Amino acid sequence: MNREPATVGRGAVPAAGPPASAALVLEGAGVQLGGRWIWRDVDLRVDKHEFVAILGPNGAGKSTFLRVVLGLEPLGAGTVDVLGSAPTRGNAGIGYLPQRRTFDRDVRLRGRDLVRLGLDGGRWGIPLPFRRAHNAAARQRVDEVVELVDAGAYAHRSIGELSGGEQQRLLIAQALIDKPSILLLDEPLESLDIPSQQGVASLIQRICREQGVTVLLVAHDINPILPFVDRVIYIAGGHTAIGSPSEVVTTETLSQLYGARVEVLTTTDGRIVVVGQPEGVSFHGHG
Amino acid sequence: MVMADTIARPHVTWDLVADVRELLHFQFMQNAFVAGTIVAVTAGVVGYFMVLRGESFAGHTLSQVGFPGAAGAALVGVTPVFGVLTFCVVAAIAIALVPGRRSTGPAFESALIGSILAFALALGFLFTTLYSGFVTGAYSFLFGTFVGISNTEVVTLFVTATVVLVTLLVMGRRLFFASIDADVAAARGVPVRALAVVFLAVLGLAVAAATQITGTLLVFALLVAPAASAHQLSNRPGRALLISVGIAVLVTWLGLAIAYFSEYPIGFYVTTLAFGAYLLSRAGRALAR
Repeated sequence: MNREPATVGRGAVPAAGPPASAALVLEGAGVQLGGRWIWRDVDLRVDKHEFVAILGPNGAGKSTFLRVVLGLEPLGAGTVDVLGSAPTRGNAGIGYLPQRRTFDRDVRLRGRDLVRLGLDGGRWGIPLPFRRAHNAAARQRVDEVVELVDAGAYAHRSIGELSGGEQQRLLIAQALIDKPSILLLDEPLESLDIPSQQGVASLIQRICREQGVTVLLVAHDINPILPFVDRVIYIAGGHTAIGSPSEVVTTETLSQLYGARVEVLTTTDGRIVVVGQPEGVSFHGHG
Repeated sequence: MVMADTIARPHVTWDLVADVRELLHFQFMQNAFVAGTIVAVTAGVVGYFMVLRGESFAGHTLSQVGFPGAAGAALVGVTPVFGVLTFCVVAAIAIALVPGRRSTGPAFESALIGSILAFALALGFLFTTLYSGFVTGAYSFLFGTFVGISNTEVVTLFVTATVVLVTLLVMGRRLFFASIDADVAAARGVPVRALAVVFLAVLGLAVAAATQITGTLLVFALLVAPAASAHQLSNRPGRALLISVGIAVLVTWLGLAIAYFSEYPIGFYVTTLAFGAYLLSRAGRALAR
């Protein structure tokens, strides 16, 4: 695993092609939206089986980063390499969980049907009842991933009736059902209470380790995931830094990223707070 | 009722076989049952997806657009059903293609659709004024009728329904995914936006068909109520679809039968029965909790 010191901007990746151990490589990458660079000159590499958090203030381009990996947003500069090839829409090697509110109470769909959509929801036609062997295999795979995320007790209930944490577990199951190599999670802990946040974060780490999946998780607040992640990508001021949390979330690195003086403080109970960001005071405020 | 003056008023004998024989005795009633069944099946299926996607208001607007379509067709001397089909599909695609329809949020969307709705009704009113011969027809188009459905119209409905159902059969699973979770579906390569346009066009066709029975004002009876009931009664997509179709067909048949034996319009009966089904399904679910 990459344990070199935190790097900002160019120079993190040698010019040679990506090694086989890389899940994601960006070189000189930049994204433009509406004529404005969201971020640019990004060089970074995420290895297979890593659990990486993507941090940064609102509007820094964290979700855009995921959209680039998904092939939904083209680069304005540089190159990106996902699992050894250029990003494409509908890449079966990627499981994705977008940022969201919870499902409406009125959504009348069983949790396990939602999970199954991850398996064949992208196909034409309709599910045919007479394909017994096919359906039995699909049901078995649904059972497996439902079990994996400990959702067996409520997967048969309507998704809208479940709690935020329960919905999140089922959505993770949906993202995992097609056995992806990379899991992209956009603020999966948002709007969960603290016990659910810890439960879901440790579940994601377990999946990363046991299933050998590379996880990229966008988060607003580093604290609930701090014990679980291998490295963090911090996006701010149009640039990125990558490294272990203790390397990146420091007064020096963040001040350099923001181009302004910010301070990283550790509270007596071990929580990390970033003070003096241009957008606001608290690191984990919801702006 | 138009036919009431020309034939002896039928009576219910409460002998089921005799009553059904009586019901199906006349060609116009046979046509009404065939047309009604086609419409009910189509509306039941399309309605399920419409309710799932939260596009009931769009469906309602499309039904209103059918009114100027029918009046305009009568004005230029074309069979009204073709006017309805044309107007509904064109309006559906227009609604679907407005840029940023989804991204700018539901408030903008309902304002947009509401404006189209008002304009459509005004246009229908103008056409009706221009062509006074359509006034009786206008009444049927607003509130529905089951008399005078010609063989040609039955065939037109059948072709329309086939197009609608085959389209949904082909895109069913992807449309379902896109309706439940557009972001994830898009990431999995589902053409969410294209599906939305095609679905609204299909909805336009289904609405045009349904207005033939329930009229434009009461189209909700077949398009929304059965589907909304089905969503209450089952959280499994396949079952809910069958329930939706079942309720739509049942209320259409019952509505036709009651309307035949009584002197009040079919639109009232079908709507009342469908509304009753919806109330029962809600009550049933509330009790089941």
